[in-house]
Amino acid sequence: MSAVAIDGVAQRFGATLVLDDVSIVFEAGKLTSLLGPSGSGKTTLLRIVAGFLAPEAGSVRIGDKDVTMEPVWRRRIGFVFQSYALFPHMSVLENVMYGLERRGMSRRAAGGKAGAALDMVRLPGFADRKPASLSGGQQQRVALARAIVTKPTVLLLDEPLSALDRRLRQEMQVELLRIQRESGLTTVFVTHDQEEALALSDRVAILDRGRIIQSGAPAEIYEHPRTRFAAAFLGDANFLTGTVEGGAIRLGGGALIRAASALPGEGARVTVAVRPEKIVLASPGDATVGGANSLPSTVNAAIYSGAALTYGVTTPDGTAMKVFAQNFDGRILAAGARVTLCWPPAQTVLLDDEGP
Amino acid sequence: MGALGRIWLFLVLVFLYLPIVIMALMAFNASPFYALPMTFTTKWFVDLSGNAKLIAAGRNSVLIALVTAIVATAIGTMAALALHRRQFRGRTLLRVLLLPPIAIPWLIIGTAMLVFFYWTGIGRGLHAMILGHVALALPYVVLVVGAGVDSLRPDLEDAAMSLGSSPSDAFFRITMPLLAPSIIAAALFAFAVSLDQFVVSYFLAMPGVSTLPVEIYSAIRKGFTPEINAISTILLVASMVIVLGFARLSRIGAGR
Repeated sequence: MSAVAIDGVAQRFGATLVLDDVSIVFEAGKLTSLLGPSGSGKTTLLRIVAGFLAPEAGSVRIGDKDVTMEPVWRRRIGFVFQSYALFPHMSVLENVMYGLERRGMSRRAAGGKAGAALDMVRLPGFADRKPASLSGGQQQRVALARAIVTKPTVLLLDEPLSALDRRLRQEMQVELLRIQRESGLTTVFVTHDQEEALALSDRVAILDRGRIIQSGAPAEIYEHPRTRFAAAFLGDANFLTGTVEGGAIRLGGGALIRAASALPGEGARVTVAVRPEKIVLASPGDATVGGANSLPSTVNAAIYSGAALTYGVTTPDGTAMKVFAQNFDGRILAAGARVTLCWPPAQTVLLDDEGP
Repeated sequence: MGALGRIWLFLVLVFLYLPIVIMALMAFNASPFYALPMTFTTKWFVDLSGNAKLIAAGRNSVLIALVTAIVATAIGTMAALALHRRQFRGRTLLRVLLLPPIAIPWLIIGTAMLVFFYWTGIGRGLHAMILGHVALALPYVVLVVGAGVDSLRPDLEDAAMSLGSSPSDAFFRITMPLLAPSIIAAALFAFAVSLDQFVVSYFLAMPGVSTLPVEIYSAIRKGFTPEINAISTILLVASMVIVLGFARLSRIGAGR
């Protein structure tokens, strides 16, 4: 079990800067997700950790060894590809034995270990099949067994579940988590699926245009996004812009809202995020909970989805906001209804950037 | 398939095979003038075994075809890997330039080679024919192996390297076995292109050093003998065995 430390890594493809001074530590035994849109550099970072690519600048350490210049075949890593990349001319067992034999294990011993790994991914009895005769989920399990059987220092997964349908993907998420916990491997998981990242990870790192813009525990990032991009990419968010005035924020429409965190100096322009599920819709005139923000608005759309409702509302300054409401009483507010948006000051998240 | 379809297929096969079958039959006919009814004989094969010129030409043909198959397949496979796997300047241009030689008439290629080989001092003879045949076969090899390379997932070698294989080890354990059917098919193609070749060989042959097609052509000009049917029949059986053997082999390779 080894931590992976990335320090000041930069990579350029032609004229594009794919990774821009990236530093992050993937903690030992933890599962870290690299989350970002396509083109954010997450796969490139993973390939640099693996050793498929030597970075132009910066260093990669696995445990206490600097492996920056070490090629992938000397690094003892496990890599699971998006396409699984099983060897089609070998049986399932031979696929899993491949890494063991390359590292000098006898065929007999490798066969035994590979069999045990197939048991671990719950594919006993498939040893002699060819990969082509397996379903996508089964191929994924073989790829996982092949990657972990060599007891790598770090397990790297490149969008391994993206080719599976939704139901199978959820099943494999559970399986992946179980295997990761059982093996205790330091794991780095690349995904563009935010729900997957939240559900699986001990830690999440969000990438945008070659930079890590925030990393931390899933709940920490979700509850306290630091930038507009992080807030919008991980979950839904409403953004409000205003000016600091007497320890509160004066919005464009004149309403004053409060935040629990410290605000910059008087007169500064700030952008805050409020998650749609943190907002309660009250009728105008209802008593609000002491100290809560209240923002009068108008409903302009309601989407009914059974257990929950999604409202589109407009604030006095014309800002469109989204509100998730539990379906308590089967009552749906009609478009044009006047409402008051209420949320505790602690749910007003001050963002670092001003936004567009 | 309907009855009409069957009849159509039958007619196509008759059209393809009838002349060949008649030639093969006449190799065993005692009459040198194709006279019927047929009287079975192996006389022409016996005569053939005494015809040193035809036998030498046959040996040359097979030798040239073998060397061509080996050399063109080795060079062509490397070229296909580079053209289909690596990124470099001018790659698209090179890939496109591979195609025209297939369409250029052999007569023109033959003339060009004769002039070029004369001018550079390479001259004519066995070595010149091998050079010429390799050049003719190369585009086919690159096309066939290139299609095979395209059908392989590029991340298979990555997977092998992540499991401890060096790049060359990954190539020989993963890419080569998966490419083997394409490479064998390309080698057979190159062999056939060379064995078939008449025009270019005719230009590059020297008196005393020629190939079977060239020798058959000059023999026919001097006067037709059924010995030619006999040697053609031997060639026919040999190539059928190779092709059918390959078809069987590739089925074993593809299935489980």
